[in-house]
Amino acid sequence: MADQPKIRHRGRREWPGILLFLSPTLVIFGVFVLFPVIFSFYLSFQQWNMFSSGATFVGLANYAQIIRNPEFWMVLKNTFVYTLGTVPLNMLLSLIVAFFLNKKLAGKKFLRTAFFAPVIMSSVAAAVIWRWVYEPNFGLLNTVLGWFSIPAVNWLNDPTAAMFALIVMGVWKTFGVNMVLFSAGLQGIPEHYYEAAELDGAGRWSRFWYITIPLLSPTTFFVMVMSVIGSFQVFDTVYVLTSGGPLGTTKVLVFYLYEHAFKFFEMGYASAVAYLMFAIVFALTLLQTKYLKRSIHYTL
Amino acid sequence: MTGRAVLKTSERVVLHVVMYTLAAITVAPFFWMVLSSFKELSDILTYPPSWWPKVFTWDNYAGAFQAAPFGRYYFNSIFVAVSVTAGQLITCSMAAYVFARLKFRGRDLLFYLFLGTMMIPGQVIMIPSFMVLYWLGWIDTYQALIVPGLASAFGTFLLRQFFMTIPRDLEDAAAIDGCGRFAVLWRIILPLARPALATLAVFTFMGVFNDFLWALIVVSSEDMRTVQLGLAIFRDRYQTDWGQLMAASVASTLPILTVFFFAQRYFIKGITLSGLKD
Repeated sequence: MADQPKIRHRGRREWPGILLFLSPTLVIFGVFVLFPVIFSFYLSFQQWNMFSSGATFVGLANYAQIIRNPEFWMVLKNTFVYTLGTVPLNMLLSLIVAFFLNKKLAGKKFLRTAFFAPVIMSSVAAAVIWRWVYEPNFGLLNTVLGWFSIPAVNWLNDPTAAMFALIVMGVWKTFGVNMVLFSAGLQGIPEHYYEAAELDGAGRWSRFWYITIPLLSPTTFFVMVMSVIGSFQVFDTVYVLTSGGPLGTTKVLVFYLYEHAFKFFEMGYASAVAYLMFAIVFALTLLQTKYLKRSIHYTL
Repeated sequence: MTGRAVLKTSERVVLHVVMYTLAAITVAPFFWMVLSSFKELSDILTYPPSWWPKVFTWDNYAGAFQAAPFGRYYFNSIFVAVSVTAGQLITCSMAAYVFARLKFRGRDLLFYLFLGTMMIPGQVIMIPSFMVLYWLGWIDTYQALIVPGLASAFGTFLLRQFFMTIPRDLEDAAAIDGCGRFAVLWRIILPLARPALATLAVFTFMGVFNDFLWALIVVSSEDMRTVQLGLAIFRDRYQTDWGQLMAASVASTLPILTVFFFAQRYFIKGITLSGLKD
């Protein structure tokens, strides 16, 4: 961008305008992002029940208490299980769907809308529907399983089945987003690569493995990082579908944080949970970047 | 990569069967919801269940709207979503204009810091934001639902990227004619940026309308409930009244489905753009 001398000359008189244009954003961000980020870090070293006592500095006691709490480890494990359950399934399904939607298909628009429909619905409404799908006696899922003589499962009240039920619903709800991202990535692969490979006699599989997969890798990487972050923050569907039950088997990190902050009003403890969560998500993102960056190809 | 690799007829058939089966499974819960919402209770609780209602009834809708003030919830949700959307269109376009066009020392650093805030999980910000609203005496008010959403890093980024593609000549001409910065933004940039503004509007509206956690935290009275919060509480209270629950779900999904059908391409564009930010 070559700057015109005329405009640079005006620059000095421009400060009032700049401040005026930026001020709404800066004020809102200052109060509702910047201050909270710093303040919750401060809070994480305080013991503070918002409605019954003042703040007391306790050093690292909140963090120590969290780490010693077996419930935290269970919740962390549940969150990991949910993430490991949803992310690969979600990516596989969305890639397959995006790949085939990129072929000649009748009613492509209709199909795309169908796959995308769960994304636009609110997660609350989606979870209410799925409670009915999972209903043990008259629900859709057990009925369909019954056609194949598979015995009924009490999906949401069986501690071994509830997490699975949550994962299936999570994949259903979000794979449309990744489908859109993969579709955009696939359309960005230049046609001539395929033409050249075909002339060289590459079969369908080799074209997929040696052209599509490598050239799609920037998208795949982005989809993976975002999906992991998203699964770590799951809350709405858990709240409505299982409320963390049965026996805490679907209680995830954000649910745990919510309980401590807004049911017990332990603002210091909950802030420490939030910062730990931030650290874990950040570490996971770094790990993925470190180990996957090498396998990302921007060109062949 | 469309025309290449001619598929055999048998392969085309298999491909269609697989894709339509997957699509059918994806939309099955929607049909199950809609059809159940028109069933009588006795019809819902029969085994094996049938897809179609034996008797088609609107009773569940009447019942749900009687049991909870969904009209009020609608008003709250739409009012909040429209306010946040309008507010973001204004604040984001002003900030985006500065980041796209006006030069000052440290501008790009400020912009990237600002973008970096998108990495911070909402849960870190949630607790102090709640406390700020509490200190302001805004808990359980519209301000609590609207004001924290009045600025957006994503929105500013999206508009800035679009503004940067608009040729400068027009603005320079307008500036020579004596147009101030605000007039340039209002008369020249914004009309040209309509597709980007529409994308941001649709994205924001749907996000706010579907939001649950924030409303759960800052709303306590029935009058202030949004559709999502109302529906979640309704499901707590009427655990197994499936007909009414499905009617309430259908009703709460309709506005967003309507918006989506008219603005599908903008929404999908918003998602694709969010994938370009790295």
